[in-house]
Amino acid sequence: MSNRHAVPFITPGVRVLLALAAAGLAVLAIRLVWGLGAVTNLNDQYPWGLWIGIDVATGVALAAGGFTTAFVAHVLHRHKYEVLVRPALLTAALGYTFVGLGVCVDLGRYYNIWHYFVPGLPNGNSALFEVGMCVCLYLTVLYIEFLPIVCERFLGRVNLPGALRALNGLVEGVLRVLQRTLDRVMTIFIILGVVLSCAHQSSLGTLMVIAPDKLHPLWFTTILPMQFLLSAFAVGLAMAIFESILASRSLKRPLEMDVLAPLARIIPFLLTIYFGSKLIDMVNRGSYRYLDDGSPQSVAWLVEVIVGVVLPWAILLTHRLRRRPGWLFSAAAMVVLGVALNRINVFIIGYKPLYADGPYVPAIPEIVLTVGFISILVLLYRAFVFIFPVLHDEGEVHHA
Amino acid sequence: MVTRRDFFKITGTAAGTAAVALAGVETAQARPALDPDRMGVLCDFTFCIGCRRCEYACAGENGLPQGALESYDDKSLLEKTRRPDRQTFTVINRYPALAGQSGSLDVKVNCLHCEHPACVSACPVSALVKNARGPVTYDASRCIGCRYCMVACPFQIPAYEYNEPLTPRVMKCTLCSDRILAEGGIPACVEICPAETMVYGTRDALLKVAHDRIRNHPGRYVDHVYGEYEAGGTSWLYLCDRSFQEVDLPAVANQSPAEVTEAIQHGIFRGFTGPLMVFILTSVILKSAGKGPGQAREDKHE
Repeated sequence: MSNRHAVPFITPGVRVLLALAAAGLAVLAIRLVWGLGAVTNLNDQYPWGLWIGIDVATGVALAAGGFTTAFVAHVLHRHKYEVLVRPALLTAALGYTFVGLGVCVDLGRYYNIWHYFVPGLPNGNSALFEVGMCVCLYLTVLYIEFLPIVCERFLGRVNLPGALRALNGLVEGVLRVLQRTLDRVMTIFIILGVVLSCAHQSSLGTLMVIAPDKLHPLWFTTILPMQFLLSAFAVGLAMAIFESILASRSLKRPLEMDVLAPLARIIPFLLTIYFGSKLIDMVNRGSYRYLDDGSPQSVAWLVEVIVGVVLPWAILLTHRLRRRPGWLFSAAAMVVLGVALNRINVFIIGYKPLYADGPYVPAIPEIVLTVGFISILVLLYRAFVFIFPVLHDEGEVHHA
Repeated sequence: MVTRRDFFKITGTAAGTAAVALAGVETAQARPALDPDRMGVLCDFTFCIGCRRCEYACAGENGLPQGALESYDDKSLLEKTRRPDRQTFTVINRYPALAGQSGSLDVKVNCLHCEHPACVSACPVSALVKNARGPVTYDASRCIGCRYCMVACPFQIPAYEYNEPLTPRVMKCTLCSDRILAEGGIPACVEICPAETMVYGTRDALLKVAHDRIRNHPGRYVDHVYGEYEAGGTSWLYLCDRSFQEVDLPAVANQSPAEVTEAIQHGIFRGFTGPLMVFILTSVILKSAGKGPGQAREDKHE
């Protein structure tokens, strides 16, 4: 592995991640051999649990950095933000890959997933069909968007071993043609990425609109799709900032504060629109009545809103704090946490089935698998960053 | 670099191709009309004697663990509130007599076979289908096992075989579709019932019978045919001596929950208007934001 960074690939932290990943894969093996019942606390009252709430719903939201940074840098032509596009793109590509894997682990008959493409079977009435289709198409778009980085990595450096050396020129030529073609059509894929993201981020919210008697009134609203989209905008940028600081620290690189701070200015505006839609809807529905009943749901709602929206909103609006890496990182992390908590609230904590004997509490193996998958994702991110020119190099500007 | 003309040529072609490709999916969505003579079951809880023979017949009909008929004489099970599950598509629950009256009330629970089923609307791959003649049926060979039907069902009916590693099924009453869709057949539970608790017939006729009973026997029933309007109407219709919520049937809206989600889905995706508008809007912003003095417009603040 060619190391373009000052730190080694394997660190104590990486070892921990490897162990967690192995544990997750062990749970996966048990699930495949003995079924969902062997590793989950799912039942007829709670058909969806941790894997749908976190691996899928939260995963999709947190991967929103891919299309939001692309929109700011390429559609609005704020080119200085391009240094953030590639890391966010990598997060999105890996994130969506794991959303797909997460879905397949949860599906009882994962081997029938191709039924989405069998003529006559797709049901356009189903929000889940829409989500699945868009995620699938968007994943393809993300992989295409990542290809130029692969071309850049290997162009002029193709060096196949042994007898394959004869093919070096050919591969080089193919890469050059690929790069030129991609350069011509990349705009389309960037726009397509925005369209597909808007479509499925919102449809993910439509999913629960079909269960008005089960989703707690603090979250149930017919504008849930709009709220999911608005929160995805905010969390996309927050996630880009969060991971940029995290990657810089982990790889001992200088912080990109000169682009992070200005980008962070946009977040309070997006949060205002999102929170505004939440408050207006709350007043409209009178659901504030449920806020002081002391239920776990009321506490979850308050934490989601105060930690996830109000506090970061205040920090990011304060010029002085926004420019301090520690504060900026905390605020971005809070937005990420807030939106993650929102998805968990909508899919797990706020889900109140009619005949449940008690609340759903995830089984240990469910948690182990989720943690394992996230660990693999982080490890792959690190590996990609080591192999490919993802992070901005000093004195060199990437052009996608 | 891509010229302006190229840009619109490429985006235009891409948008057009996407619209045509996806329009095929969109057009396939109109809900099939229901047969005016579609069938249903009127279930009068005040007739039920709690013999549980319907449970016995149902298990036999659906190849579920059945046991001997005598085992159903065990009435202790009636005392605890049960739900249909993966091995029992219908259950009888007993509720104590109303104050000042004698005799408890026995309540039969099973899939209500909605007129506009949320489970069918939710299923991404059409594994659940509403038959024009009434039954909501399930085709395991189509199912991907997402369990969104279970999330969607307003009556919390579908159960799942969580312990099947390879071929788990969604389990629920079929309205004996194999029997009734063949001419002359009637559901197994209706057939075996010794108390005439259930009447099988066209839904329209059953509604008349139900309302006649309420009118002709003042004091015997609450003036409410459960299922006439609930969740957009159901094939099963219930008569009861007390509020249906007292026997654990949920107070659901008169509109199918699928009505709302389908309106949202179709509002956004009909003819792909929504995605196309985002596509065009993004393209226009991309093109116009790039113009003006100094191609790369950077914000000068901070």
